[in-house]
Amino acid sequence: MQATQGIGKPAKERGVSGRTFRAAAWLGWQIESNWADPLIFFIYSVIKPLSGAAILVVMYSVITNGAFDDPMFAYIYLGNAFYIYVAAVLTGVSWTVIDDREIYRMLKYIYIAPVHVPVYLLGRGFAKFAFGSLAVFITIAAGVYFLNVPLDLSLVNWPLFAVSLTLGIVMLAMMGLVLGSVMLLIVNNANFMGEAVAGALYLFSGAVFPLSILPGWLQPVGYIIPISYWLELLRRSVVGQVAESFPTFSQFSDIQLLAILAGLTALFTILGFVVFRYCDHQAREKGYLDRYSNF
Amino acid sequence: MDLAIHTEKLARVYKLRGNKKEAAKELVALRDINLDVRRGELFGLLGPNGAGKTTLIKILTTLLAPSSGVARVAGYDVASEPEKVRPRINMVSGGESSGYGLLTVRENLWMFAQFYGIPSKLANERIKQLLDIVRMSDRMNTKSSDLSTGLRQKMNIVRGFLTDPEVLFLDEPTLGLDVEASLDVRNFVRGWMEANPDRTLLLTTHYMVEADELCDRVAIINGGQVLACDTPANLKRQLQSDVIYRMEVSPLNGLQPEALEALGGVRKVSHEAQDGAAVLELILAEDDALGSVVNMLTGKDIHILNLQKREPSLEDVFVNLVGHSMKEAESDANG
Repeated sequence: MQATQGIGKPAKERGVSGRTFRAAAWLGWQIESNWADPLIFFIYSVIKPLSGAAILVVMYSVITNGAFDDPMFAYIYLGNAFYIYVAAVLTGVSWTVIDDREIYRMLKYIYIAPVHVPVYLLGRGFAKFAFGSLAVFITIAAGVYFLNVPLDLSLVNWPLFAVSLTLGIVMLAMMGLVLGSVMLLIVNNANFMGEAVAGALYLFSGAVFPLSILPGWLQPVGYIIPISYWLELLRRSVVGQVAESFPTFSQFSDIQLLAILAGLTALFTILGFVVFRYCDHQAREKGYLDRYSNF
Repeated sequence: MDLAIHTEKLARVYKLRGNKKEAAKELVALRDINLDVRRGELFGLLGPNGAGKTTLIKILTTLLAPSSGVARVAGYDVASEPEKVRPRINMVSGGESSGYGLLTVRENLWMFAQFYGIPSKLANERIKQLLDIVRMSDRMNTKSSDLSTGLRQKMNIVRGFLTDPEVLFLDEPTLGLDVEASLDVRNFVRGWMEANPDRTLLLTTHYMVEADELCDRVAIINGGQVLACDTPANLKRQLQSDVIYRMEVSPLNGLQPEALEALGGVRKVSHEAQDGAAVLELILAEDDALGSVVNMLTGKDIHILNLQKREPSLEDVFVNLVGHSMKEAESDANG
């Protein structure tokens, strides 16, 4: 063997975040899409969200005796559809820590590379967001065409929808960063954390029932979860009349809800980077960056 | 002096949590390590498993914070300036099958090149060149999950060299490789260093021959401490006045090597059981001492099967410094 000539120059500092995000998103996309041939992957991408929705539809049908015209159905169906983003983005960002440390054993090599690790985690989550978007679209389309979910594209408040969706995705990504940072400090059983958090939020964020249904002492939990405001804004923008049937957030105007969501997103953005900085420091102190649990 | 690596009183203590069966305790992995590695040097860290080599590499590559002391790589403090150290280094750990299995070899390497800001065209050229060198060109488009452990290790080594770092850390790079692949890696390492005098490489190994063959200087490390640091030739010169014998004998029948060490002229004895026999490595002050060793063995009805006189090796240096062989030290470290 012969060695190559020339010595590398240190990676340029400029553009670190951009190249980190692009390469991480590319990697995430490959991991999400590369495990099967394209046809099987396409079938899986369609069937998975429909199966999730079908469980909810069957349960609703049994309990309400098939009252699909009730505004409650659209409320539940859309909440459930948009909640796909929570599982995809929040756990997508945080799961990367487990994926890279435990499964691929590459976290240490990512760490010593000249990348911004939080941006890397967000980049990996971006691929999940893309697949999540496909699942949300399929779920809503199936609801409209097969179950009469009252969605009229000409009545959708598109500007409100676009702003709400964007703010919400950023907020979920930052919540994912907080969760992923905490996972850096958990060696055993960290793999359950993402699902546990997403499951707990599912109950208290008004995804499948209005917060007013919760016992009075539990309702404040829903009001401090940013996802509650985000889902309400998405429902209002997509099917305003359904959202109006449930008075949980009726005291707030769209602008007020947007302001709350923007404020919470800003808070979680700051929190995400602060928590990451702390956990990163602690993980290096404790030697957890390449500690395997062999779970 | 232009130093690529500098450590001063570097220490690392792991705090181990207790459980129902065991109380919490502290494990000292490194203590007061003072090390200077010059730019352009191929420096070896030689020691048994559990000696602290990997802990030291983890600190130098910014993966682990030191408990106390200072460590600088390429002029930057690893604890307070990790973001300045990282663009200048790379690392390869041996004996593990890391890699994104769903990506091909080329994709794995290309992606890391992107993290280091290497333009795509240049990255592809380097990937091809390096895969040619390690004789893996035909596997460029193979998914890394389909590679053997040895080929994955080679891919990992290419990943380390691909970014052409100022300081490269190789942690047991030939662990788990077959003889031919190990030779390939050693030749490549040597050639890579010769190609540019500004490159610095820190290699950890517990293979004596590897350290002896490759390294400009070697630090012998055991129990988290550097016991000696010099060129392999100078380290072995310390034993030049001694005579060294390798003696294969029948089982020792309860005879302790310490009993042999008590004999006049016998400096150190290491012992290893081997397929119904025992191998004794003897460091003697003079040839005459061999007679009393033979007498003691025959007196215990131990038969001498083979006897060789040989030149001092780094293993002998280790035995002389620590008091037992590397294998014995590993057994001690493993409890």
